[in-house]
Amino acid sequence: MTAPDESRAGDVLAVEGLDVRIGARRILDGVSFSVAPGQFTGLIGSNGAGKTTLFRVILGLTRADAGRVLVDGMERSARTASMGYVPQKFLLDPDMPLRARDLVGLGLDAQRPGLPLPSRARRARVQEMLEAVDATAFADTRVGRLSGGEQQRILIAHALVSRPRLLLLDEPLANLDLRSAHEVVALLARIAHEQDIAVLISAHEINPLLGAMDRVVYLAAGRAVSGSTDEVIRADVLSKLYGHHVDVLEVHGRVLVVAGAGEDSDLTGHEGVFPGAGIPS
Amino acid sequence: MSHLLSPVFAQGFFESAAVHRALAVGALVAVVTAAVGLFTVIRGQSFAGEAFGDLGTTGGSAGFLVGVGPLWGFVVGNVIAAGAMEGIGIQRARGRDLATGIVLGAGIGLAALILYLDTTYRNTTGAAVTILFGSVFAISSSTVPLVLLLSVAVLAIVLAIYRPLLLSSVSPEMASARGIRVRMIGVLYLLALALAAALAAITIGTILSTALLIGPAASALRLSSRPLTAMLGAAAIGIATVWAGIVLAYDSYDWPPVHRGWPVSFFVVTLVLIAYVLSGVPEARARRRSRALAARPGAAGAMPG
Repeated sequence: MTAPDESRAGDVLAVEGLDVRIGARRILDGVSFSVAPGQFTGLIGSNGAGKTTLFRVILGLTRADAGRVLVDGMERSARTASMGYVPQKFLLDPDMPLRARDLVGLGLDAQRPGLPLPSRARRARVQEMLEAVDATAFADTRVGRLSGGEQQRILIAHALVSRPRLLLLDEPLANLDLRSAHEVVALLARIAHEQDIAVLISAHEINPLLGAMDRVVYLAAGRAVSGSTDEVIRADVLSKLYGHHVDVLEVHGRVLVVAGAGEDSDLTGHEGVFPGAGIPS
Repeated sequence: MSHLLSPVFAQGFFESAAVHRALAVGALVAVVTAAVGLFTVIRGQSFAGEAFGDLGTTGGSAGFLVGVGPLWGFVVGNVIAAGAMEGIGIQRARGRDLATGIVLGAGIGLAALILYLDTTYRNTTGAAVTILFGSVFAISSSTVPLVLLLSVAVLAIVLAIYRPLLLSSVSPEMASARGIRVRMIGVLYLLALALAAALAAITIGTILSTALLIGPAASALRLSSRPLTAMLGAAAIGIATVWAGIVLAYDSYDWPPVHRGWPVSFFVVTLVLIAYVLSGVPEARARRRSRALAARPGAAGAMPG
């Protein structure tokens, strides 16, 4: 068995010993993991575990204090060309004159100057992407007027249309109902396998991802463990990560991660029941 | 032919050099403000447009005082204002209102002083009215080259940053993820807005300049769900309102009370308002129709976007 932290040649994403401090606070503390092509990887952690910071470092928006990020074996330069990104929050004015189709098109060439010149190849590629995310029915509707799930699919198409090797999604399931969440997960897993794209999806709730994940990166208090779900979602592994005793329970095919009694009095959804908990919010 | 149109176009309309100039400058400025204004509306920056209107008053009256003409004053004043706004951080929604409000107040106070000096030292009693409410008929032929130059510059900026600006306006994060330098694009856009506001000010006055920036764009985006079409639509609505305003103002020379003509800016701004109200009609009708359709089973999804 390969050690989970060891990166291999051919990995689309390799995160190596990442440290990020804001003031005296350690947001990320020696985070290492890697993602191979075609792998659907879940980045699991409660709010404040450092998921968004990790994404910002991978995107090059936040500088790391130590460690490095390799995308396709390259550091920083020309990285964005090979990466697609779906942000966490997306609020758009319903009157914005931008059809779903236009937003997908911007994924192809928004960084270029000048007006988008109409071309058959461009149109065909956008159409192909809209079909891939089952969005043809609302392709000509203004993006701001779509439902949360529909917008999510358009954002995924926007991120994937330039054929990146790596797709990052920051909490894409957070505002979706259960059915939409399962649809989005199934869609992403299919895209990862069919198009050989590495998908890294962050979530504070592990259960919607359980069936689909090839690998899991579990983030707690700025530190990470990674591997298959069987390797990571275990009481001994997570106890070591959290630094105190944690129970992992399986109830009706769902996973519950439960903390041991009284570490401190922080009750902000962090203590007591941990991210894996299948408690409806 | 000409006598058939005489109820619309008063005698001498097509012969007047001032009218020709007004029509040409008006159309050019309408196109420029449409291109910029669409993004002003999309980005929710009409407040910045309004600020340029206020600080343009200061710049324009200073232009009168030093004798370089109001357009130079608007341009210099607005570019300084853009620098100040960027410094204050007007691109961020929070924490900007107080600082900007105080700066704007001080700017207008300064304008009051400069206008007073204008009337005292340069004997230009009409300066205040010209700056605040403008007159496209009063644009001198020596100003036209500068108008042309500024228009080309603004259109060049907007077209050059069109795609990065559009994605930055949708989501700054998604734009950064594509390697777009969001902050730089924002500054370039603010510069384009400052210059466009100066052009609008010379056409219909500083106080009313926002109407030309915002009105046609806001109307057009109710009519089209495509960004480029909305931009062209805004330009068309802008040209139509400015030209119709010029025709009506020319006609109004025959109107009471004193046969000196009503202010052209009044007509333009009123027509902009009418265009905005009318632009809501198709949407309201579509909503009624979709409600009626939704009442019929199996009709959902058949609606065009």
